[in-house]
Amino acid sequence: MTHTKFRFVDFIKYFSLLIGVFVVLFPPYVVVVNAFKSTDEFNSSSSMALPKSFLNFDNFVAVFQRGGLLSGFGNVLVIIIITLTLNILFGTMVAYVLGRFSFKMKPVVFGAYLVATIIPSITTQVATFGIIKNMGLYNTLGAPIVLYIGADVIQIILYLQFIRNIPVDLDESAMVEGASLFKIYRSIIFPLLTPATATLVILKTISIYNDMYIPYLYMPKQSLGVVTTVLMRFQGVNSGEWNLICAAILLILLPTVVLYFFLQRYIFEGVTSGAVK
Amino acid sequence: MFGTLSYNKQKTIIIVSFLLIPLVLLVTFTYYPAIKLIYYSFTDWDGYSPEKPWVGLANYREVFSNPDIFKVFTHNFAYFVMGLVQNIVAIYFAVVLNSKLRGRNGFRIMLFLPYIMNGVAVAFMFGYVFDTTNGSLNLFLNNIGLSSLAQTSWLGTEGLVNYSLASTGFWRFMGYNMVIYIASLQAIPRDIYEAAKIDGAGSFQTLWRVTLPNMKAVIQLNLFLTVTGALEVFDLPFVLTKGGPAGASQTYVQRVVDTAFAFNNYGLASAMSIILLFFVVIVLLVQQLVLSRGGDK
Repeated sequence: MTHTKFRFVDFIKYFSLLIGVFVVLFPPYVVVVNAFKSTDEFNSSSSMALPKSFLNFDNFVAVFQRGGLLSGFGNVLVIIIITLTLNILFGTMVAYVLGRFSFKMKPVVFGAYLVATIIPSITTQVATFGIIKNMGLYNTLGAPIVLYIGADVIQIILYLQFIRNIPVDLDESAMVEGASLFKIYRSIIFPLLTPATATLVILKTISIYNDMYIPYLYMPKQSLGVVTTVLMRFQGVNSGEWNLICAAILLILLPTVVLYFFLQRYIFEGVTSGAVK
Repeated sequence: MFGTLSYNKQKTIIIVSFLLIPLVLLVTFTYYPAIKLIYYSFTDWDGYSPEKPWVGLANYREVFSNPDIFKVFTHNFAYFVMGLVQNIVAIYFAVVLNSKLRGRNGFRIMLFLPYIMNGVAVAFMFGYVFDTTNGSLNLFLNNIGLSSLAQTSWLGTEGLVNYSLASTGFWRFMGYNMVIYIASLQAIPRDIYEAAKIDGAGSFQTLWRVTLPNMKAVIQLNLFLTVTGALEVFDLPFVLTKGGPAGASQTYVQRVVDTAFAFNNYGLASAMSIILLFFVVIVLLVQQLVLSRGGDK
C-alpha cells in the first residue's frame, strides 16, 4: 500500500517539475528557433518549427550592422566596471566601519540604509532627474554610474556577515605590530571579503546589465545606448521583423545565461544570503 | 603620519572618512529627492520653469477626487493576484526540491533561469509568444486541442492584458522566490522533523505544522515584496503594451511617469509618488503588526 502511494507522490513531483521546466523553456525555445530563420522561411514556417539550419547567422550579422548593439555592449561594460569598482570600495568601507567600531551614530547610519530600501526609487526619479541635470550628468555615462555606485542595505548586510566571521584577533595582532586601522582595512578586511565581493560582482553585473529604466531616462542620446535601450530602439524600428528581433533578443540574453550556468552556485548564495538573513 | 596617531584618533578619522562619500551618495540620491518630492507635491511645478507656485493640498485633492487616477490601481491588482499564486507555486517547488529527488540541482538551475534574463528581452520575447496570429502560445494551444482558446488576443483584450503581463512577471520571478524559500527550508533544524516523525505526524501534517510555521518570517518578507512589487509595476507594461489597449494596462507608476515627463505636471506626479510611498509604508506597518501579533521572532 504505502509503497505504491510513495510512487504516486514521486510521479506528481516529477510531473510538476517537468511542467515547470517546460514553461520556463518554452519562450526561449521560440526565440532560439526563429532567430535562425530567414524572412521567407519565417513567414512560411510555423513559429514553433525548427529552422532549416542552425548555421544561418544572417540575422545576427544584420542586428550587429543595424542595431548599434556593439556600442551598447561597450557602454554597459564601461558602466559596470566603473560602478563595481567604486561600489565595492564604498560597500566594504561602510561595512568595515559598521562591523568593527562602535560609535553613537551607528544605529542611525544603519537605519538610514534600511529605511532607504522602502522608498521606491522609481517614484523619486521625478526629483532625482533634476539633481542629475543640475550636476551636468544628463546624457552622460556619469548618470547611471552615480546612481548605481551607492551601497545598498543588502550589500552591507552581506559584508557584515563576512566581517563577523573574520576573527577580531587578527585585527588585534596587527595592532600589536603597529598597523594602522587603515592598514587593517586594506590588508586584512578587504582581502578576506573577496568571496562576498565575488558574489556581489556577479549579482550587480546582472542587475546593471538588465536595467532599463535608468539608462532610458538619463541617457536618451543615440550613442549612449546600453543593451536594453538598444533593443528597445531596435524593436521600434523593426517591429514587424520578428526573426531579426529574436536574433537581437538571443544575443542580449546569451551573456548572462552563459555566466549563470558557470556561476549558478555563487548566484544562489548571493541571492539567499542577502534576502534570508 | 596616520599610523602614528593614537587608535582612538584613527578610529574617528576612519569612521568619518569612510562614511563620508557613501552617506553623501545616500542622502543625495535617496533622501534629498524624497524631501524634494514632498515639496514639489505642494506646488504646481511644470518641471522646467524657475518658479514653483505653491498650491497647498490641491494636488492631493486632485488625486483623491479624480476616480480616473485610482482606477489605475485595479490594473495593479492583477499583479497582486499573480504574485500570490507565484508565492504558492514557489513554496510548492521549494518543498519538492528540498526532498530527496533525482536531478534536484538541475531542476533548481532550470527554474531559476528566467530570473537572470534581461527584462526588456523577456518582455519582447513574451510579446512574440502572446501575439494573436503568429504567437506560439496560441499555436501551442491549438496543437494540444484547445483551439477555442487559440484565437485569444492576450495583450489586446482589456480584461486579460494585465493578467497576461503579470504572468510574464510570474515566469521571471517564481524561481527567485523558490530559491529564497529553499534557503529558509534548509535553515530549519533536522531534529524538529525527527521529533515530528516520532510523534507520528504524516507528511501533510509535518508540512502544515512544522515546515510552514518555520518559514513564516520569509513568507512574510516575500508577501511584503509581492504587495509592494504589485504597487510599483512599471517596466513590463511600459515596454510591451505602452499601457494599451486604450490605457487598460497602464499601471500606477506608469501614470506617475507619464504625468511628470509626458504631461509636465511634476506637482501632481510628486503627490502621486508620495501617496504610493505612503501605501508602501502602510503595507509594511500592517505586516509588522500581524507579525508581532503572531508572536514568534
